[in-house]
Amino acid sequence: MRFLRDRFVALLLAALIAAVAAPAAQAASLAEALTKFTTDEFSDTAEAIADVAGSGDARATTIIEALQDGRLLYNGEQKTVFYKDKSGKLIDAATGQAVAGDPPANLAAVRINNRIRRSIDAALGELTLRAPDPAKRFDAAQAVFKSRDANALESLDAAIAKETDLRVKKAFAEARAAIVLYQAETSEADKLDAVAVVRARGDQDALQLLGGLPNETPASVRTAARDAVAAMQSQQAMWSTVQNVWYGLSLGSVLLLAAIGLAITFGVMGVINMAHGEMVMLGAYVTFAVQELIRTNNPGLFDYSLFIAVPLAFVVTGLVGILIEQGIIRFLYGRPLETLLATWGLSLVLQQAVRTAFGPTNKEVGAPSWMSGAFNIGQINVTYGRLWIIVFTLAVFAALLALLRFTRLGLEMRAVTQNRSMAASMGIRTARVDALTFGLGSGIAGIAGVALSQIDNVSPNLGQSYIIDSFLVVVFGGVGNLWGTLVGAFTLGIANKFLEPFAGAVLGKIAILVLIILFIQKRPRGLFALKGRAVEA
Amino acid sequence: MLQSIRSVAERPIARRWLLVTGLSLGLMAAMPSAKAQDTIKIGILHSLSGTMAISETTLKDVMLMLIEEQNKKGGVLGKKLEAVVVDPASNWPLFAEKARELITKDKVSVVFGCWTSVSRKSVLPVFKELNSILFYPVQYEGEESERNVFYTGAAPNQQAIPAVDYLMKDEKVQRWVLAGTDYVYPRTTNKILEAYLKAKGVKPEDIMINYTPFGHSDWQTIVADIKKFGSAGKKTAVVSTINGDANVPFYKELGNQGVKAKDIPVVAFSVGEEELAGIDTKPLLGHLAAWNYFESIKNPANADFISKWKAFTKNPKRVTNDPMEAHVIGFAMWVKAVEKAKSFDPDKVIAALPGIEAPNLTGGVSKMLPNHHITKPVFIGEVRADGQFDVVWKTPGLVPGDAWSKELDGSKDLIGDWVTLKCGNYNTKTKKCMSGT
Repeated sequence: MRFLRDRFVALLLAALIAAVAAPAAQAASLAEALTKFTTDEFSDTAEAIADVAGSGDARATTIIEALQDGRLLYNGEQKTVFYKDKSGKLIDAATGQAVAGDPPANLAAVRINNRIRRSIDAALGELTLRAPDPAKRFDAAQAVFKSRDANALESLDAAIAKETDLRVKKAFAEARAAIVLYQAETSEADKLDAVAVVRARGDQDALQLLGGLPNETPASVRTAARDAVAAMQSQQAMWSTVQNVWYGLSLGSVLLLAAIGLAITFGVMGVINMAHGEMVMLGAYVTFAVQELIRTNNPGLFDYSLFIAVPLAFVVTGLVGILIEQGIIRFLYGRPLETLLATWGLSLVLQQAVRTAFGPTNKEVGAPSWMSGAFNIGQINVTYGRLWIIVFTLAVFAALLALLRFTRLGLEMRAVTQNRSMAASMGIRTARVDALTFGLGSGIAGIAGVALSQIDNVSPNLGQSYIIDSFLVVVFGGVGNLWGTLVGAFTLGIANKFLEPFAGAVLGKIAILVLIILFIQKRPRGLFALKGRAVEA
Repeated sequence: MLQSIRSVAERPIARRWLLVTGLSLGLMAAMPSAKAQDTIKIGILHSLSGTMAISETTLKDVMLMLIEEQNKKGGVLGKKLEAVVVDPASNWPLFAEKARELITKDKVSVVFGCWTSVSRKSVLPVFKELNSILFYPVQYEGEESERNVFYTGAAPNQQAIPAVDYLMKDEKVQRWVLAGTDYVYPRTTNKILEAYLKAKGVKPEDIMINYTPFGHSDWQTIVADIKKFGSAGKKTAVVSTINGDANVPFYKELGNQGVKAKDIPVVAFSVGEEELAGIDTKPLLGHLAAWNYFESIKNPANADFISKWKAFTKNPKRVTNDPMEAHVIGFAMWVKAVEKAKSFDPDKVIAALPGIEAPNLTGGVSKMLPNHHITKPVFIGEVRADGQFDVVWKTPGLVPGDAWSKELDGSKDLIGDWVTLKCGNYNTKTKKCMSGT
């Protein structure tokens, strides 16, 4: 009896000691882990991340997130670590207390590299498996899927049991399968199940996972994985056709956007305007200037910068266009060679003027938040930026058609280009219409520049890379026909994207050129030739 | 035509104008010759217009700054230096013309210039014929050693090979995409890298080589291909020799399609601080670049240089980069060589240059080698959010530049030695000088 009581007391004591010591031990291990951040060695930082994550401390997630964002600071001499919270307040990482008074001197951010970033992802993935936000849990599952850290298995199983969101549950199951496949001790049957789960996922990460199975994997699992890879690849080959069409549409929209202004100045007016690319470039610089103004004066408006830039670019480049028409081109009507040389010279002048004003280096034009990122439809990756550019191009095209069809200016433009003397005798001021038409074409080029600033360099050379393609599209589509330009641009875009995977980017471009030359031999006036007596007059 | 000129000239106002322009032209021509007696001229042959202006204008500015500084210290051998700036306008034949003009008309003692390999190849015959000196500051494909040229940029073994080594050892990369712009530098570098990787046991199916035209802007297919290539169960990396303007849309597409550095890192040989200045770098965090200099390297010499540069350009946002450092080293070496030779005579300076040492901006001392290349440290940097690089790896010491790549069959036996052998392409097997000079 007495013996029993002694044991009971001992047990009680032990429990008490454990209860008191446990948090202390935790705190000590966190503090210990933190000192490893202060050596400025990547290998120590990696260990520190694992230790902090494993410490079970409530601040672990906050600390590792701070490290990820470069908000984790250290003092190498005093071996102290701080982090800045989201509001910029400095907090002692070991105690969780805000630092009162002046911030300590000689603080430097803990450096991270790709290896550390992967450790951070893995650690955060494990720590946020139980986060209240389903989106966060989903991201956590993806992180574990990639890290395949066997330590996460236990918490993952617990998380799966509690999960109610179907999408997250599926992601958890996939993450679990990934761990199982790379663990030596799991049974063959489990592994075969895991292969099936990963196969159902079917994306490139799944391929990556099944392609790199460890050497000691049983033969049956290997065969299953090989089958799965083959099946996924054939499925992806099917999707790649869809993807090529999408890329082609996207390239076509860029070509169309760049060519649409030229379809007016060259197609409708017949002016060989070599400075067309520079109008595009000016539009891009207007976007840069607008964004720069917004950045310094009102950063909150940044997401709307493009809405401000579009009309402004239209007005600025339109005015420059009218100026060019009035100053140079109107003296050269009917003399295509002189026009070509004069506008080419002008393009060099404009380039150098911009180079002198803004400097020769690229300018940074940011993407508003609604234009960055991507989403998946099946296996194809659709980026928002490209999607909006297609929408925008079609909108510009429709607006231009409407302008030509339904407004008085449009009517006069068509009249003047079809039969100048007749139009003049009907009382149309042809000179004014010429200037406005050229202004319109230039303005649209400027709008194109706003969109192209999102995907290309904003540098003085921006326009040069588009001038040849633009002429190609207009000539191929049929001079003087806007619909021809539309069809021409998308045909070229899609053809290019189907050739590129086989021939490579360089040969693909050459092949397209050769095909167009052959086509022009056969149909010198392009896809949709305008018919009529007075067109050539 | 003549008649129309005459008719213009006969108009009273036009005549006055002609007179004024004629006078000022005469004055302009006379001015430099009046100064020529007591100054030494230095030619600066960098494009200030055209495609390459984006990179080369900065190098012109840095040369002007170095010359101004040297003059404040009293010049060289008691003579003031004078910069002669010409604009070859990114036009390769014009490079040769302008080089000839600098040497014969302006009588410059030395030329600092060129960026692209094709421009260097274009001026080479001029420098040989007129026996002058060119300092070439850009990383290039190697396979060259000329008596009249001093290469202060990196040879492939000072940039490409160490970068691949880093990826192989530290990132355990097993699958490689070699992506480049379609011209001589990427083609040769990729040939060297391919041979090197194969020698290291990488299988041919684990190497994908892709070329794109200059200024390529639609990267959707290629980035998708890279993603596909990277999903074969082996760690994949992209080695990029993509040059110039094509980089911005390439990196934008990588960011858009979600290719993260922690999954598929891209290591670039032509992307530095200047190129990043035009990109929103947040999606690029962790992508890599290999250079012999980064602005972010902490060092008193570098800090001093950066503050001087910002003061000189009156722009606190201007960045510094690797080719600028190459000019700093090259210029310092030239000054020392002239002082050692006690003469500006090209032959004497060329003879004095090998062996000359000059401090670089990263804390070491670079040395001019007999093959006219220099020793340099190699750094691997990761892109930071502010457009600078964080050095994540560096070679333990300075790496001597190889004029001839040890990886290629055609050049592994060749060496350049202008001190004892007086030959740029001496074959160590046959013991013969290939060019016979």
